Amino acid sequence: MNSLTIREIQSGLRKGTFSAAEITRQALEYAVAENPKTNAYLHFSSERALAAADRVDTALARGDDPGALAGVPVAVKDVISTKGVRTTCGSRLLEHYIPPYDATVVERIEAAGGILLGKTNCDEFAMGSSNENSAFGPVRNPVSPDCVPGGSSGGSAAVVAQQTAVVSLGSDTGGSIRQPASFCGIVGVTPTYGRVSRYGLVAFASSLDHIGPFARNVYDAAALLRVIAGRDPMDSTSASSPVPDYTASLNGNVRGMKIGVPVEYMKHLTGETKTLVEKALADLESLGCELREISLPATAYAVAAYYVIATAEASSNLARFDGVRYTTRSENSGTLGEMYTNTRGEGFGAEVKRRIMLGTYVLSHGYYEAYYLKAQKVRGLIARDFTNAFCGVDAIAAPVSPFPAFKLGEKVNDPMEMYLSDIYTLTGSLAGIPCMSVPCGRTSANLPVGLQLLCNHFEEQTMFRLAHALETSRA
Amino acid sequence: MKLTEKEVRYVANLANLRLSDDEVGQMVHDLGSILDHMDHLAEIDTEGVAPMSQVLYEDEETATLRPDVPKAPLGNADAIANAPVSGAGYYKVPLVMER
Repeated sequence: MNSLTIREIQSGLRKGTFSAAEITRQALEYAVAENPKTNAYLHFSSERALAAADRVDTALARGDDPGALAGVPVAVKDVISTKGVRTTCGSRLLEHYIPPYDATVVERIEAAGGILLGKTNCDEFAMGSSNENSAFGPVRNPVSPDCVPGGSSGGSAAVVAQQTAVVSLGSDTGGSIRQPASFCGIVGVTPTYGRVSRYGLVAFASSLDHIGPFARNVYDAAALLRVIAGRDPMDSTSASSPVPDYTASLNGNVRGMKIGVPVEYMKHLTGETKTLVEKALADLESLGCELREISLPATAYAVAAYYVIATAEASSNLARFDGVRYTTRSENSGTLGEMYTNTRGEGFGAEVKRRIMLGTYVLSHGYYEAYYLKAQKVRGLIARDFTNAFCGVDAIAAPVSPFPAFKLGEKVNDPMEMYLSDIYTLTGSLAGIPCMSVPCGRTSANLPVGLQLLCNHFEEQTMFRLAHALETSRA
Repeated sequence: MKLTEKEVRYVANLANLRLSDDEVGQMVHDLGSILDHMDHLAEIDTEGVAPMSQVLYEDEETATLRPDVPKAPLGNADAIANAPVSGAGYYKVPLVMER
């Protein structure tokens, strides 16, 4: 039952093979039992899940449409607000925080009959590429327990790979959905910036933050995105363009599609990752796609530009965690100033402090132009590279990460090396274009590798169609 | 770009962040190596390129507007429910004047 797809759940419910309450009870039981193997869930929302299942069963009994996600167990990254259910952001500071409202994506999932099973572990405030920065312990990769699941949405990727949820939501600021999807061998989608409302997402870097789905197949990812996408009056950056039925575009028709392969991404790629990505490119070619070498010349500056912009925005967004409204407060509070500095000094983990420091530094007097303004101009160049590329190609195919999942602890002491591992995912985030990771095979050590597909703004359908064709050709 | 301990302490103060002496030493090292990498930004020509602060897409001019309809607010009890210290419907903080 744990390996069911969304379509199998829908058909089972309609035929009466099982009820939503049965699926939910079984899913909760299995997830609670299996969770110690990975530490992927931080907490479960059993009451809420069973209440949602009852609503689905009642709708079915009345003959009403129970919704596109009826009875589907969904896990949600713990940076996304859930009314009455703890939302810690992987931080000691928010250990006891219970949001008074739901994020729009959570409301939409439940309105479509989805079942919120629980909240997933992540790097503190979504800052990290390995899920080792969580205050509540790292997550183990379900495919290879000595390895990281990737980050920052490591828990959301792990639960889907581990089959303790059918689909999940993550957040992506610089690769935090695509990289863990690649490491865990599942599908992960970063939609166009503005496609999905961020209302209720605890902000990390507002000009870069996205919410997106994880799934075990392309259809389920497309179905979940369709439910959560669309204009939301509570998020003024959400786009009003109509949301297509993404699942309808999965027709296998990719013949004649032009796929750009960026030379800057391929030239440094080595080892089995290179072999597997090249094999996937060859598969796309044999499906009738036309491969074209393209150039995205500003790529080499993406890591520097991203870590300036993201940390600058983070230093501002995280100023609110000060021991007054949401967080725990330091015991060592003398004056107001000491209360702020001690609460933050004791509560934030090492990576979050590093990023607050960097962001504060690059925005400080005398450095603003050399770092922050310069990085924004480089961001403009990176976006222009993509605009130019999409004049000649329908999609871009590239690696997700330079290497498969690495060992727990392997890179934790070298922040710069960790940042450099994000090189292939940062560019799409900076440009705000839709991108995704789709499984493209495993190394000899059985570690999954993902292929990244990128399309122009609001061209998710093209991206899904390609990913689905590749997935089908390998089934 | 080499940072000094003094600079690290100055920035930590701007960020309202208490760092231990060990943390200051680690920051000097970590931030220094990250800023070394960021200094590569100076190499790329951005003459005439507009700074990109936000992702923009085609939309109607009024797309971000919504009807101005009054809604019930969050409510005092819910708003302060997560505060570490509160009383009489307010957030409580240490004395402000001593800062």
